[in-house]
Amino acid sequence: MEVPPYRRTGIVELGELARLGLLPPERRLRRGPVAVLECPEMIPCNICVPYCPTKSIRMERLIDLPAVDWETCTGCGMCVAVCPGLAAFVVDLSKEDYDYVTVPHEFLPVPRVGDEVVLLSRRGERVGRGTVIRVWERNRTHVVTVRVPKGLGMEVRAVWVER
Amino acid sequence: MTFRRGRRLTFTFEGSPLEAYEGETVAVALYAAGVSVLSWSSGLGRPRGLFCMIGKCSSCFMVVNGVPNVKTCREPVREGLAVERQRGWVPPADAAELGEVETRELETDLLVVGGGPAGLSAALEAAQQGLDVLVVDEHLRLGGQLLKQTHKFFGSVELFGGLRGFQIAGEYLKKLESNGRVRVLTQSAVYGAFRGGLVGVVGRDAHYVVKPRAVVGTPGASERYLDFANNDLPGVVGAGGVQTVMNELGVKPGERALVVGSGNVGLIISYQLLQAGVAVEAVVEILPEVGGWFVHAAKVRRYGIPILLRHTLKAVYGTEKVEEAEVVEVDEGFNPVPGSEKRFKVDLVLLAVGLEPDARLFAQCGAVMRWSPDLGGLVPLRTPGLETSVRNLYVAGDASGIEEATTAIIEGRVAALSAVSKLTEGSRAGRAAEEAERLNRFLWEEYRASPLLARARRGKQSVTVSEEEMEKVRALSPPPVSFG
Ligand code: SF4
Ligand code: SF4
Repeated sequence: MEVPPYRRTGIVELGELARLGLLPPERRLRRGPVAVLECPEMIPCNICVPYCPTKSIRMERLIDLPAVDWETCTGCGMCVAVCPGLAAFVVDLSKEDYDYVTVPHEFLPVPRVGDEVVLLSRRGERVGRGTVIRVWERNRTHVVTVRVPKGLGMEVRAVWVER
Repeated sequence: MTFRRGRRLTFTFEGSPLEAYEGETVAVALYAAGVSVLSWSSGLGRPRGLFCMIGKCSSCFMVVNGVPNVKTCREPVREGLAVERQRGWVPPADAAELGEVETRELETDLLVVGGGPAGLSAALEAAQQGLDVLVVDEHLRLGGQLLKQTHKFFGSVELFGGLRGFQIAGEYLKKLESNGRVRVLTQSAVYGAFRGGLVGVVGRDAHYVVKPRAVVGTPGASERYLDFANNDLPGVVGAGGVQTVMNELGVKPGERALVVGSGNVGLIISYQLLQAGVAVEAVVEILPEVGGWFVHAAKVRRYGIPILLRHTLKAVYGTEKVEEAEVVEVDEGFNPVPGSEKRFKVDLVLLAVGLEPDARLFAQCGAVMRWSPDLGGLVPLRTPGLETSVRNLYVAGDASGIEEATTAIIEGRVAALSAVSKLTEGSRAGRAAEEAERLNRFLWEEYRASPLLARARRGKQSVTVSEEEMEKVRALSPPPVSFG
């Protein structure tokens, strides 16, 4: 069996996510916040399913990939908070001037609303700076929504608070 | 993570007073105080630092209150304790000097050896089914490796998915306590099983001879070692050892680290080091692909930690502890590529190169063993109900073959239910057997259907035989001991 590139790099490309049905369609992305579950392997896990308040994530067997109903997903971020793989994100590409990304965060210090933070890509590159607009917590995972320069919504997957 | 520390206390290290917190072990208190050399090897007098931190190696042997060869990773620090380093193996004082130890006899329905995820779930299941249970564990508290797992577990809500490892241990401990049928001996080691189905236990204050009707062995696994120059230098630590220091006791283990091995353990520890404020220079992996699950790899990559595939550790350098590590690329045949060496200034080198099942209890009982590279080493042959060729001796968790904590929890329940079905009668026995079968179906057909568990699944399939086949094995190799 061919080894998928993400098993060599630890980085999943958008094309791969699309192929696995994990990428919301362009039209949906332009409409408002929506979940992107970067969970390409058949992990024995379904934690995101029961926690989604709108019942938007489906899975037949424990090892299936999560299938998001993009129409009913509200982008609430609950999946970001509970996913043990820290693989769930919410992106909002609907605004003209900025994109918005919601990421899990488990490092100290905890970002506060208004903080300027470093934006990190899947590769760990510092791709810019953004402003924290919302922070909430669930079982020690902080869910951080950050406003990022337009065009970085599908790039940014972590934030870092500089001390 | 935040830590609630115990009372401050003072003990002496080679005559000078040192401060520590109640609840810490001697090894961790010394580490926190900056003592990296705990002893010297017997032959060459090379310095030894902490390594496994779970009582499975001899790296932390010290003289405590005059008693040599004390595993200080298991020894709680106490007010006024006198700790000294030792050179090599020091013969203990003769028995007369040490005084009498009382022997107590105990009877129990089910003896559980090891209080990690498999042991806890076996104990709870058996107790809920009405058996009297005795759990023996070497550590200060029950929970095993769960105590230091700060990440959230996968699985489903029923399987504790979404909770962090130490929270799962907490759930079990609460339930065990309220059940009331479970006795616990911590800081106690099973040292052998004897004819007549007796099991010897060295306890904290007494020697126990236990007569169980059945035994579930969940002794876990030990960390594998790796061959490279200076691999015994303090600062070269097992991944699990560092988790103890950092996640169980809240002590920052170093400043800059290199992690060897990109399995889930290596990836998770890298992320946890970063959380503790330790810079992780790289994760080194000899294979051409990441060993662990993608989501764990993605977690470390997005914080900028590189994963160097097809690389291995060549050497570490330093006088009394690690100061530098040298990594080299390997070719298809795993031979070092000359000129590809890279050096990293680090004070910690973490070995996460796999685990090896702890086979001692089963081998000593005379259970028929099988060698399985897929499972990490030597494991007992077992029935689908996890009974070994020694009647009423069951195996579960990493000792049954290296897999992961959630499968260990399920196996613990399967083993306990199989024991219940044999030790009880009528409808209770029938229900237990049915429940064991239901869990087994889930484990084999749903959970292990994940391609990420294919290797463990293949391994476990190869060491599982039907009840009938097991009877033939027993006839060919009758075990020297049996329980019941
Ligand atoms: S963002 Fe909210 S609604 Fe959308 S999938 Fe996640 S939990 Fe469900
Ligand atoms: S909770 Fe996370 S890891 Fe589990 S299935 Fe959902 S997206 Fe995947």
